[in-house]
Amino acid sequence: MHFISPVLWQFLIKWLTNFAIFPPEASRIAPDVDAFYFYLIGISVVGLVIVGLLVGVFSVRYRKERNPEATQIEGSTLLEATWTIIPLALFMVSFVWGALLYFRIYNPPTNAMNVYVVGKQWMWKVEHPGGQHEINSLHVPINRPVQLTMISQDVFHSFSIPAFRVKREVIPGRYSTVWFEATAPGTYHLFCTQYCGTLHSQMIGQVVAMTPDDYQAWISGSTSGTSLAQNGERLFAALGCNSCHNGTPNAHGPSLANVIGSQVQLANGTYTTATDAFVRDSILNPTLHQVAGYAPIMPTYQGQVSEEGLISLVEYIRRLDSNYRIDQTLNVSETGAGSDAAPASGTSTSTASGMVKQ
Amino acid sequence: MSTIVSLPDQSTATLPKVSYLNKEYGLKSWLLTGDHKRIAILYLISITFFFFIGGAMAGLIRLELLTPASDLMAADTYNKVFTMHGIIMVFLFLVPSVPATIGNFLIPIMVGAKDLAFPKINLLSWYLYIAGGILLMTALISGGVDTGWTFTTPLSTHYLNTHVITAGLAVFVAGFSSIFTGLNFIVTIHRMRAPGMTWFRLPLFVWSHYAASILMVLGTPVLAITLVLVILERTIGIGVFDPAKGGDPLLFQHLFWFYSHPAVYIMILPGMGVISEVISTFSRKRVFGYTAVAFSSVAIAVFGFFVWAHHMFIMGVSNYSALVFSLLTMLVAVPSAIKIFNWAATLYKGSITFETPMLYAFGFMGLFTIGGLTGVFLGSLGMDIHLTETYFIVAHFHFVMVGGMLMAYLSGVHFWWPKMTGRMYPEGLSKLAAVTTFIGFILTFFPQFILGYLGMPRRYAAYPPEFQVLNVFSTAGASVLGVGYLLPLLYLTWSLKYGAIAGANPWQATGLEWQIQSPPLTENFVETPIVTHEAYDYEWLAHKTEHDEVETVG
Amino acid sequence: MDSHALAAQTSETGHIEHAHPPHLRHHFETVEQQREAASFGMWLFLLTEIMFFGGLFCAYLIYRNWYYPAFVVGSHQLKIWAGTTNTGVLIGSSFTMAMAVYSSQVRNRAALIGYLLLTIVLGTVFLGIKGYEWHDEWEHHHVPGLNFSVSDFVHTSAAYPEDKPLPLDMAEKTQVYFSLYFAMTGMHALHMIIGVSLLIILLAQAWGGAYTDGHMTTIENFGLYWHFVDIIWIFLFPLLYLISRHQ
Repeated sequence: MHFISPVLWQFLIKWLTNFAIFPPEASRIAPDVDAFYFYLIGISVVGLVIVGLLVGVFSVRYRKERNPEATQIEGSTLLEATWTIIPLALFMVSFVWGALLYFRIYNPPTNAMNVYVVGKQWMWKVEHPGGQHEINSLHVPINRPVQLTMISQDVFHSFSIPAFRVKREVIPGRYSTVWFEATAPGTYHLFCTQYCGTLHSQMIGQVVAMTPDDYQAWISGSTSGTSLAQNGERLFAALGCNSCHNGTPNAHGPSLANVIGSQVQLANGTYTTATDAFVRDSILNPTLHQVAGYAPIMPTYQGQVSEEGLISLVEYIRRLDSNYRIDQTLNVSETGAGSDAAPASGTSTSTASGMVKQ
Repeated sequence: MSTIVSLPDQSTATLPKVSYLNKEYGLKSWLLTGDHKRIAILYLISITFFFFIGGAMAGLIRLELLTPASDLMAADTYNKVFTMHGIIMVFLFLVPSVPATIGNFLIPIMVGAKDLAFPKINLLSWYLYIAGGILLMTALISGGVDTGWTFTTPLSTHYLNTHVITAGLAVFVAGFSSIFTGLNFIVTIHRMRAPGMTWFRLPLFVWSHYAASILMVLGTPVLAITLVLVILERTIGIGVFDPAKGGDPLLFQHLFWFYSHPAVYIMILPGMGVISEVISTFSRKRVFGYTAVAFSSVAIAVFGFFVWAHHMFIMGVSNYSALVFSLLTMLVAVPSAIKIFNWAATLYKGSITFETPMLYAFGFMGLFTIGGLTGVFLGSLGMDIHLTETYFIVAHFHFVMVGGMLMAYLSGVHFWWPKMTGRMYPEGLSKLAAVTTFIGFILTFFPQFILGYLGMPRRYAAYPPEFQVLNVFSTAGASVLGVGYLLPLLYLTWSLKYGAIAGANPWQATGLEWQIQSPPLTENFVETPIVTHEAYDYEWLAHKTEHDEVETVG
Repeated sequence: MDSHALAAQTSETGHIEHAHPPHLRHHFETVEQQREAASFGMWLFLLTEIMFFGGLFCAYLIYRNWYYPAFVVGSHQLKIWAGTTNTGVLIGSSFTMAMAVYSSQVRNRAALIGYLLLTIVLGTVFLGIKGYEWHDEWEHHHVPGLNFSVSDFVHTSAAYPEDKPLPLDMAEKTQVYFSLYFAMTGMHALHMIIGVSLLIILLAQAWGGAYTDGHMTTIENFGLYWHFVDIIWIFLFPLLYLISRHQ
């Protein structure tokens, strides 16, 4: 930590961890959370000792045998003000400190790599941008911010990595995000902490933090051949999205190139930032996210695309920086020929995974 | 000003010939009674029954967690057990515990009235409580329910095939029991005070019940309508909370916690009232800063309504509403701190004795301080992320609810036991029980704070093996705690027949309830009392005792 | 304190015979105190009722804000004549209830019975019309969960031809509107049923001569309840039936 010697800090944490009464510190935020924790323990101990001393000393000093006569005292505004203001001040410090941490944990840096997580009863499905799938485990590189974009297929879950001191509810019907930067290679617990039904306690897994080299090796060793964006591109074509969202001047739908992160004007005149969640909701509830200047003709894809499919689409749109490839796909699919140029290594006619079998 | 209070010689005390207990006989005279004291006894018996059922569930939970694997029971059984433990303890024990038993017995007497304003509604509220209890037992016997006591949608509405509707109805019905109790208290305190009993002469017990009643009356209906919507969603499939139909499950969370956060103040405030009475009585001193303690109860009730979203900090409330709710959570912690310090200051220059109620009250102060301060951990946004939904939060609310409220409840039961039954409890055994409870409690729940920071999630039937040591401590503590709770059940029952006869005012306390016979008459007072002194006026009591005014009943 | 003396004294006095005015319950000091307590209790109870419906109104507010077009077309499917008639019926019943309270105050037994009867009739008429509406909505497949179909909302509606058909995703959200509609009118109707049942009891008691002998707290408090249920409807009617009717 910044304000005490790092050597002492390491010593303290190692000592506590050895007794198995303290979780490992394995993320950039963890020492900061722990420092705050020690502050809170500090004020608690002080408060408890003061109350204990008051009760103890008075009990001895004013027990009936020693003090048979009670002296009636009304109260003291000064004293009461003191023990109103001092706790309030300490609590306000906690409030500000806690709020600063909260904003750090829940506002990912812009350069974070994105990993998608789908929770369902009772497993975690992790989708890496490179197309790697994992069940109940998450491989991440150390020293690199990782943002998780998470959604639940059924009930509330909660994604918790105690060693990183982060946790976030995984909610049906909307994306939630959390980020962390692992600092120490190792295998850590991954828990579902929101009660989610019978096998709640088996909805656990592991987070594997790896050195960048190991991570690269793992990434290339477990690729499925198709990246998330490529799968998204196939879906995009298979669902016919490209017939409107193709960026041509007379297209029926808005161009999607570079849309994520940009300001979008809605039909009701307000502006909103197009986020992952906005894109997902627009696919499912287009009427609620009508973009200004376009006719409300987009059909809903509710029930036609699985959450994994939606993630592929979102990842595809996130990476879409020009409409060139959409035009290509249109032309290619008209001639029925495949393209092997990266990133679209698959053909648009093959059935993309992610569509819900009807 | 100084006062010497000497306890009366109890060897000469006799039981009064006529009291509320022997005015009428037979089951019917109890089941159809309008007497607030008899209804309090009915509540006391039924609440004790449900407490031990809930306690047995807790024992099963701790046994299962003795080993990391889910070996004693399967995961779904475990889920049913902790759900039933939660529902019983929250809705059938903690919410009615002090108000419906001790409060019901004492509030009319403390304000100088013959009964609560609406005796029939008071009886109705007991029947509703029993109906809720029976419904819940039906759910339990016919196969159980595994939603957790929070009934979280969409889990409870779409993903479980257990008896959610029966359990939901049970809570709905028990909720109305609580509404009627609160309503009765508020009307009684407003309209039934004896001549001279001004607001600032009321004992702090009455103030804290007044604050809790406001929460019961305003909060519980929101829970009721939320449960109605859950039940409708489960039975016919309306779509208010169902994301598939356009509803939002977070709305359920908001509505549920809008009641269930104030509910923790419903649970703790009456306990704080007990502590004020007990500490004052056994230090023979007016409560330090009466007004501050009285208003801090009201402040807790008011702020308590505006902190509910601190249960949802990690659920995607916006950053700014998280800020506001965290700030308000910090503010609501302050009145509790004021109370603790004022109680401690009450001891200063007192003349302190250490009877059992006082020991329980000291236990309360220690455990509630820990519970309250760990609440500050959870109210701090960044810390809440790591700690919520782990054993830390389990430990936190058990320190407040069990360490706080249950200690206060036992303190109150011991303190007013002579008034309720006319007989004393055995002092030595009960001190042993108080100490056992305290030690057992610390041993059970303190390790859970550490487990929580290690990250052990709550509601897990099985857990990683490295958490076992602390769980073994916790289970060991639970068995000590169990003994601590069984002891009072045994010796209090024993004392009903064999306890020493108490006399009217065994503690030389100042409350109106101690100026009448024990057990009291059906209509409490022979004549309506005229109040001329403040609460906790030991001068007045000493003066009165000196002059041997026998007409203190009047 | 001398417990002997205390015990002796209490057993002698045991129960003091007060000269009770009729209807004064033993634990109240005066009739005035009893009236005030009863009326205060009733107002508190109505406060809990406000919180009870408040949860529904809160949900309504949020979803109406989110899914306004769905709420508009959903609302247009309701029979406005039925809602308007019911509003009139309920206001009328509030008037007859007020007159019943007045008759009780002036100790006119015949008028009291008559007005109570009229209130019962109007309350029953309200429930009848409401039941007819629900049946109609069932026929049109507007009950979410049980037999809902979006077809009325994705096509131009015969009932309200000015409405443009909704896109499918918004049409699905009419389920939220109808969920709230059934929950709110259902809870209101439940209160009406309880009210009418209580009225029948009151009527029977009034028939036997009660409430015209100066003791009318019960009638007055029931009047408060009835007006409250009426006021809830006064809010429900515009919120559910009159969304964007001016279009």
